[in-house]
Amino acid sequence: MTGIEITHLVKQWGELRAVDDVSFTVDEGTLTVLLGPSGCGKSTILRMIAGLETVDGGEVHIGGRNVTRQDPAERGVSMVFQSYALFPHLNVRENILFGLKVRRVEPKERESRLTNAVRMVGLEALLDRKPAQLSGGQRQRVALARTVVANQPVCLMDEPLSNLDAKLRAEMRDEIHRLQRSLNLTMVYVTHDQTEAMSMADQVVLLKDGQIVQIGSPGELYEQPATDFAAQFLGTPPMNVLPIAELETQDFTSDGSCFLGIRPEKIRLADSGLAVEVSAVDYMGAETVLRLRHHDNTLMARIDGRTDAVPGDHLHIVWSREDVHLFSKEGIRLGDR
Amino acid sequence: MHPAYNLMRHVYGWLLLTPAAILLIAFTHYPTVATFYESLFSKGTAIRPSRFVGSANYQAMIEDPIFWKVLVNNLWFAAGTIPVSVALAITMAMLVNRSLPGRSFLRMAYFTPTILPMIAVANIWLFFYSPDIGLIDQILGWFGLPGHNWLGDPATVLPAIIVMTIWKEAGFFMIFYLAALQNLPPELEEAAKLEGASRWYYFRRVVFPLLMPTTLFVLVNAILNSFKLVDHLFVLTKGGPDNASNLLLYYIYENAFSYFDTNYAATLTVVLLTMLAIMALAQFFFLDRRIHYR
Ligand SMILES: Nc1ncnc2c1ncn2[C@@H]1O[C@H](COP(=O)(O)OP(=O)(O)OP(=O)(O)O)[C@@H](O)[C@H]1O
Ligand SMILES: [Mg+2]
Repeated sequence: MTGIEITHLVKQWGELRAVDDVSFTVDEGTLTVLLGPSGCGKSTILRMIAGLETVDGGEVHIGGRNVTRQDPAERGVSMVFQSYALFPHLNVRENILFGLKVRRVEPKERESRLTNAVRMVGLEALLDRKPAQLSGGQRQRVALARTVVANQPVCLMDEPLSNLDAKLRAEMRDEIHRLQRSLNLTMVYVTHDQTEAMSMADQVVLLKDGQIVQIGSPGELYEQPATDFAAQFLGTPPMNVLPIAELETQDFTSDGSCFLGIRPEKIRLADSGLAVEVSAVDYMGAETVLRLRHHDNTLMARIDGRTDAVPGDHLHIVWSREDVHLFSKEGIRLGDR
Repeated sequence: MHPAYNLMRHVYGWLLLTPAAILLIAFTHYPTVATFYESLFSKGTAIRPSRFVGSANYQAMIEDPIFWKVLVNNLWFAAGTIPVSVALAITMAMLVNRSLPGRSFLRMAYFTPTILPMIAVANIWLFFYSPDIGLIDQILGWFGLPGHNWLGDPATVLPAIIVMTIWKEAGFFMIFYLAALQNLPPELEEAAKLEGASRWYYFRRVVFPLLMPTTLFVLVNAILNSFKLVDHLFVLTKGGPDNASNLLLYYIYENAFSYFDTNYAATLTVVLLTMLAIMALAQFFFLDRRIHYR
């Protein structure tokens, strides 16, 4: 039993309530992603789980124990920092073994864990290098190896990939996911990159201004966003959210809903339908993103392949009723149509 | 390569070097050589002009008991001031590097001794050390302890000056350590904390090694300072009593400007310069290899 349970967590920085009544659970051996825009309190939550930040309200339970006031070292967590936090004067081997030496693990046991971890992340050839002599991806691997040797059931990661380039990021993302599953780690992973969240998470906790917007699987968040914020945070390009009053279709006004949401990939070009003007055409290879204007609203449409449309063209667009999301005036989801 | 072009490159290079070279040669190299040259001549008087005597001055120096006394004093002075002031500097820097109320005030307070002029410092401590009316003796008096002539007793005068120097230097060195500490990323401490490292373990295995470049710099400075001390002695003791607090540079000063024996002063200066050069080189060569530079 090494799940994490967080109840009514609060963090106050002077006037600012950085974390506001946040509750969620992470089941043993699963990966939860804390997702949200910059400054929404993701790192603060993670650091409170680790014990690096004091808790101003609420509780943190790990493996059924209340660890809210416990020392970080006794919580059974390991952490990967955004900056990796490698000790610059120690070589890779010493960096990986640092924690084991602190905890006075026997030399024989140390060696076997080191060998194992180094093999898992592919650092065999680099053990005697200093961190300054490693590439970003290699440093990242050292940080991962440190987590692996620690043998802690819970692993916390704060934007571990944000310093890497796109290709390496995808590679390391898979590697972290693989490690998490093969070691059966309970993992909390912080990111503001929704692709990372979508591809890795068993559960996504979407945050905004210190509050939870929605908790669910990536699929749930994508298909049934709880608010217009959730709808627009996930997916590239984001969902189009339009005031219904300004649409020529009269179908939806009766039930009091105020905004209509439609994903760009669900929009089709047609001979009749909503009249729009093309304002830009972004050709991406496999698809084309059209920026469209309808009165004062901007929409995006994702079309497979290439189109002949050029800026200034007048087009008609349509969508299926079942792809429409409806939101109230406050941006709350009203159920599917 | 075109020969004329090549020549021009050399000319440019030398032209660019010239200003710095002139300054160095005029104010560092020439005086050094001149000092050495002068140390090979006898003291000139009105009747007997100065003449070449070879190593006679060095011979006299080796037979001069005051030289040896001053040298030993200086070693004690260095041994007494350097380790303590460096340790104090690190401790104070660690203390004020945390977020505590009144932190900037504390930093200022630690640094104050350094910004005071040397002569003012010496005057303050003269008041502390004065027999009977001085601060230390008054405090001792409250507890019914007898006073002591701290600066008048050959046994206590050097320790008294050592204490004052530590007081002055620790704050200065603290600034360097504080700057170095602020360059350490806070995640390092957090990572160590998560592994269960105690404060002491973290200091010993992470902070101290990462501070080594600063320590080397501070050590070089501290050693140079310990051989350069003149002004405190001038105000406080004039090297007395019985040369108990006399240090090498002050002895050189005495020889040059009180006894007007510039040739002997030059001899002592050559010895001082040689010692300093050897020590600086030794530190750079031995410590450098064991230091992690970023
Ligand atoms: N030590 C601190 N003192 C005061 N305010 C802080 C402190 N740390 C964070 N904050 C504030 O708390 C809020 C949440 O910060 P946090 O670092 O958790 O954001 P984040 O979601 O991790 O953002 P990012 O994606 O940019 O890392 C921010 O508004 C930040 O300014
Ligand atoms: Mg953050």
